[in-house]
Amino acid sequence: MNPITVIRSRTVVMPSTNIDTDQIIPARFLTTTVKEGLGASLFADWRYDAEGHAKPDFILNRPEAAGCRVLVAGRNIGCGSSREHAPWALVDFGFQAVVSTEIADIFRNNSLKNGLLPVVVDEATHAWLLANPGAEVEIDLAEAQLRIDGRDPTPFPIEAFSRYCLLNGVDELGFLLSQDAAISAHESAAPDARRSA
Amino acid sequence: MSSLRTLFEKVWSAHEVLPQSADTPAVMFIDLHLTHEVTSPQAFSALRERGLKVRRPDLTLATMDHSTPTRTEQVFGGAPITIDSAAKQIRQLERNCAEFGIELLGLQDARRGIVHIIGPELGITQPGKTIVCGDSHTSTHGAFGALAFGIGTTEVGHVLATQCLLQKKPRTFAVEVDGRLPAGVTAKDLILALIGQIGVSGGTGYVIEYRGEAIRALSMEERMTVCNMSIEAGARAGMIAPDEVTFEYLRGRPRAPQGAAWDAAVARWRALPSDPGAVFDKTVRLDASALQPMVTYGTNPGMVVPVGGSIPKRAGDPVFDAAMKYMGLVPGEPIGDAPINVVFVGSCTNGRLSDLRAAANVMRGRKVAAGVHMLVVPGSQSVKRDAEAEGLDEIFRAAGAEWRESGCSMCLGMNGDTVGKGEYAISTSNRNFEGRQGVGARTLLASPETAAASAIRGRVTDPREFLS
Ligand code: SF4
Repeated sequence: MNPITVIRSRTVVMPSTNIDTDQIIPARFLTTTVKEGLGASLFADWRYDAEGHAKPDFILNRPEAAGCRVLVAGRNIGCGSSREHAPWALVDFGFQAVVSTEIADIFRNNSLKNGLLPVVVDEATHAWLLANPGAEVEIDLAEAQLRIDGRDPTPFPIEAFSRYCLLNGVDELGFLLSQDAAISAHESAAPDARRSA
Repeated sequence: MSSLRTLFEKVWSAHEVLPQSADTPAVMFIDLHLTHEVTSPQAFSALRERGLKVRRPDLTLATMDHSTPTRTEQVFGGAPITIDSAAKQIRQLERNCAEFGIELLGLQDARRGIVHIIGPELGITQPGKTIVCGDSHTSTHGAFGALAFGIGTTEVGHVLATQCLLQKKPRTFAVEVDGRLPAGVTAKDLILALIGQIGVSGGTGYVIEYRGEAIRALSMEERMTVCNMSIEAGARAGMIAPDEVTFEYLRGRPRAPQGAAWDAAVARWRALPSDPGAVFDKTVRLDASALQPMVTYGTNPGMVVPVGGSIPKRAGDPVFDAAMKYMGLVPGEPIGDAPINVVFVGSCTNGRLSDLRAAANVMRGRKVAAGVHMLVVPGSQSVKRDAEAEGLDEIFRAAGAEWRESGCSMCLGMNGDTVGKGEYAISTSNRNFEGRQGVGARTLLASPETAAASAIRGRVTDPREFLS
């Protein structure tokens, strides 16, 4: 995972509310056993017609979406299935951040583990972003701020540990592995099946 | 701080290897890790890349359900599996389990089934456990008073390697359901009505505890239906306090504790229910006696009305308009006019024996309407055997429905069991998202009773018409 510090990009706006992970990556693409290459199937049913041709009016197919790394979505993006293929597909396509007023729990967790920054902003900032597709934004992870020229910076919540991992490009598994002694102590103190059989 | 604790808080604190701090999330021990073919391959690859082994294979159980075929000849007869990549994924799980020493209930195993159905059946789902799976409907197991939730594939790797997860402590949400469900109104209707009330993100950040007279009166299978759809309200987990109903269900199951260990376990489990007066971060109330059979009309599970009701009008709401356009339904029209082309009875929500009995009870001696395709897919091989022993398969076949081997099947259409473009499916599953059951498929979620009644009439039908 590459470290994230500051993301500067124009936005792609998808105003639909409750964009679920079945839309982000439909189930028929989940028979893969690797993470790579899912970007081609990102939003497949919205992006391609029945013959597999790109629909010219879908936002991700439009020229202005090229190179954008920030997706602004309607409220409650990522609801539904726990498939990590959803952030894998977004990252493979080139996104580094998803911005909304609500981001579903499992999708948020999965995003944090793949260098996709979940940015929950207030209603007013969100409304402005929805109304100004293609706006240039700056997302500063160290400061936990989203900045737009001419507006006050918008803070967003991020746990200290996740921020540390993202800023340094390290994954969480290393930390868990370093807790081996505590885990062993817990296993032997437990009254039930936690003890080794 | 109050010393009165909720069920969730008791289970949570008993599994904290390290509590949450300002700098790090809590390290939580996981008692049972269920895994399946779709969300695990990349996790095993991650272990391989780092030279790690599985810490607790004895607490890990694998099965295959999502991309598996449901046609008998493909499961048992050696016929090739229709979808190549699915067949490859199945073989990959077999290899991964063999290499890492994990028990696998494989394609032809008599104990195989949808992961959330077999855990309870085997008695390995137990009160007070922490249970995870790379699947959002892991919430189902909360019906036993376990803390059970879905995780992503990276986290599957974390649990394989360390038997632990890093977690931020969620908040608690009491759903108090008073009264009793009227005849013909089911646990599915209850949970759909709740989601309709609080919305599809109403539970985000919370663990729900379902409480009250109506919940106590539910069977274990009904409780599982309720907890299953907690995620459709945005909550990662839903829990119900264990009681005599729970213990009776588990007693004597192959992987439940036996003998003195059983008595000791029950004694521990009796201490789990929330202390009277324990405080929840949020509460809603629902009156079960006022509920009716429910059906969804839109593209998320919160877009739901009583079967006798009409599709609401929401002028000037472009998201709502898009959902109506996708569904091809007209705001203001009775939902009872909606045509049905496909009927699916199955899934981890409603694929247990009592669900099949309920559907068969409506279908007995009746026929699926002309032009309607009905698929009945038991949730597990054990459910299939039990249903066949009672002759339920004969009732479905005589009505004109197809009877298959177990699996997720048309709930998500990964294995080729799909609904056609533009077709209307009434389904006992849990998600009516665009394309969930096939490209362009239009899903209406309902109970097994409502699905069966609608199969007979070929349009959305109140099952109480058939239950006299
Ligand atoms: S039956 Fe449906 S919801 Fe349940 S585990 Fe399978 S795909 Fe997921």
